[in-house]
Amino acid sequence: MSVAASPARKLQMSVIGPILALVILVIAGALMNPNFLGLDNITNVLARSAFIGIIAVGMTFVITSGGLDLSVGSMAAFVAGLMILVMNTLLPKMGVGVPIVLVGMAVALGAGIIAGLINGLLITRLGIEAFIVTLGSMGIYRSLVTWLADGGTLSLDFGLRSFYQPVYYGGIFGITWPIIVFALVVILGEVLMRKTAFGRHCAAIGSNDQVARYASVRVARVRLLTYVMLGGLVGIAVIMYVPRLGSASSATGLLWELEAIAAVIIGGTALKGGFGRVWGTVVGVLILVLIGNLLNLTDYVSPYLNGAIQGAIIILAVVLQRGSKAGQ
Amino acid sequence: MTEATLSLQGVSRSFGPIEVLHAISIALAPGRVHALIGENGAGKSTTMKILAGYQPPSSGAVLLDGKPVTFASVGAAEAAGISMIHQEFNLADHLSVEENIFLGRELKRGPFLDKAAMRAKARALLDRLQCRVDTDRPISSLSNSDKQMVEIARALSRETRVLIMDEPTAVLTRAETAILIEQVRALRAAGTAVLFTSHKLDEVKEIADDLTIMRDGQVIWSGPAAAMDEHGMAEAMVGREMSTLYPPKDSQPGEVVLEISGLDVPGFAHDISLTLRAGEILGIAGLIGSGRTETFEGLAGLRPATGQVRIKGQPVTIRHPWQALERGLCYLTEDRKSRGLLLQKGMRENLTLQALHKFSHGLLDTGAEEAALDQAIRDFDIRGSREVTVGHLSGGNQQKLLFARTMLSEPEIIVIDEPTRGIDIGTKQQMYEFIRHLARRGRAIVVISSEMQEVIGLSDRVLVMRQGRIAGELTGANTTEEAIVRLAMGIGQAAPELAPEKELTE
Repeated sequence: MSVAASPARKLQMSVIGPILALVILVIAGALMNPNFLGLDNITNVLARSAFIGIIAVGMTFVITSGGLDLSVGSMAAFVAGLMILVMNTLLPKMGVGVPIVLVGMAVALGAGIIAGLINGLLITRLGIEAFIVTLGSMGIYRSLVTWLADGGTLSLDFGLRSFYQPVYYGGIFGITWPIIVFALVVILGEVLMRKTAFGRHCAAIGSNDQVARYASVRVARVRLLTYVMLGGLVGIAVIMYVPRLGSASSATGLLWELEAIAAVIIGGTALKGGFGRVWGTVVGVLILVLIGNLLNLTDYVSPYLNGAIQGAIIILAVVLQRGSKAGQ
Repeated sequence: MTEATLSLQGVSRSFGPIEVLHAISIALAPGRVHALIGENGAGKSTTMKILAGYQPPSSGAVLLDGKPVTFASVGAAEAAGISMIHQEFNLADHLSVEENIFLGRELKRGPFLDKAAMRAKARALLDRLQCRVDTDRPISSLSNSDKQMVEIARALSRETRVLIMDEPTAVLTRAETAILIEQVRALRAAGTAVLFTSHKLDEVKEIADDLTIMRDGQVIWSGPAAAMDEHGMAEAMVGREMSTLYPPKDSQPGEVVLEISGLDVPGFAHDISLTLRAGEILGIAGLIGSGRTETFEGLAGLRPATGQVRIKGQPVTIRHPWQALERGLCYLTEDRKSRGLLLQKGMRENLTLQALHKFSHGLLDTGAEEAALDQAIRDFDIRGSREVTVGHLSGGNQQKLLFARTMLSEPEIIVIDEPTRGIDIGTKQQMYEFIRHLARRGRAIVVISSEMQEVIGLSDRVLVMRQGRIAGELTGANTTEEAIVRLAMGIGQAAPELAPEKELTE
């Protein structure tokens, strides 16, 4: 017989942790720089969170069901490159206008879904470890985008870029599109995780895939869907990203996979799977982006140390999770 | 009676505000085997943990050689000569036998390991136990009984005076159990005080000198084991009269619902053919490793299998468990901890996992899930807090929950593998009644069991498997232990204990 820790209480601790960190960060930021809480800066921070954030929501499902995807950063670069290439190629025929942008968006979404499908099929059908499959595809996509750009940069036609730009910079009621899309993805993700059979199955598979299998859960299909969904979300992130710079190169999306995974972990999702929290991931993304933003706005610490501080936060988050588990 | 080596005097133990042990007294004497029995949750584990220094008592005294002691840690208890062997072995799978025996207390010469000395000493310890396993073999390649021997050898290497074993025979076959009992007798002859728990009362009768029976955190009865028979033990444990353990075989077999012909599960079972009727309980007996579990895992799409299967006359192809469930067939695993339940999740998530579609209309209806849990707790008498993760429930309650989960998906054909492994006799009786009740309602049931009494007492008809094939069928008065053993061993008349047994991994 062992003492049963009350789950309600345990939950509270792990719920408060990331939120507390975010609040402290915001207060610290406001004290250090009055511009920090300004509308411009907030909009900027949220818009920049959107790319990683949209991907990290998908990553939450993959990790919750016991998987991992290291390829999302280079997948984003490849999809962006492909999208630009297709749009440039079609430009003489279709001209600048809504149709060509829609075609570009469809290409990005489709390519992302297909890339996720390939990852997922290799993992579920051939039974190869997710780490290995996505390590491989990470290299493949990075190399493909470098090849497509011939070692340089793929740039969207200038006229087309000006036409497409409002998708990143524009919005309604002063809220830009990336923030709106990010918010929608988060809300849908949260509902999917907590309120649907799919979300429950993800957690069950990550908790113990044998138990799920013996309970007649369609384990392979659920797993495959998490990768397809992540691929689709990479496509959506690219749709928001391309109008920002209008280009893609071998440096596009560099280390996005690690930032996305870090955000998921900081948010309280278990790296081994079995438990996932979409809103936690959002908090994780905001923490990571805010740190970078703070370092840029203040001169206490060199912005070059951004990575070091982010790294320390990731380790700290996991240590805190351990700590609350050791109390069991 | 000689003076006790280790004893508890008026020991109570509380977790938070709840007292789970109420003034327990128990004395372990040198050269005697003491059995501790009781239902799941009676407080046996806590008692053993206090004896072995894993937990301190909240009040009362632990006496070693008559003097009160407080063990600061498990290490301190081990240094005093007290060792505990857990039900789940505490061995490093990838290390060798010898490395495990000396793990944490390696013999050294200067800064380096003294391999030769450790090997020789490990060999000597194992020889003492008449265990012929090679000291260089990794633990993962050993049978359960050999693992048990390695645990005992490790305990002996510490000059153990008190050996505490938590259900040592739960995972052992009959032949392995016989070896273990022999070793326990040898330890007793050497003057070790032995305490063990078991749900198998015939074993208790066979080797225990002293007996303590617990119920609800109290000692109900204590005295020489010879003074009580198995029926008396069961009644004392349960606290009520045990009329009959098995319900009457009163369900009416109906139409044939399952026909299997020529089922092959490569590497495990060959040419399995059987039929099953609605309202019938078919028992599957055989040794561990005879392919019982694998046959039905193959049938349920959990393993690759070939052969013809008809459900209600329709030929079906089942490659995945969810396809089996769509056809109304469900297999309940014997391994509830690693294949049955999500130990980190609560009762609700576990209960509805298999039939989640019933609670999902786009979004999950948590209220309906809670209502289903209320119903299951009532129907199956599941005890324990709904707030805790199911890993904290006792084995019997876990089994009931697993059973309730399966029933929620309303299968017509139910295969139950080891329905009562590691659960107490009161809960067993309830499980048997649940199973018979399902048969009365026209479900077709297969029960796989290593306990022959169970197979005989519960089933309308018994198939015996041997080395991956069906060795024979027994019905009515022919269904005796002797007949089952003969078919299972493939022999004419030899006694079961002496027969060679082929060890296959399951």
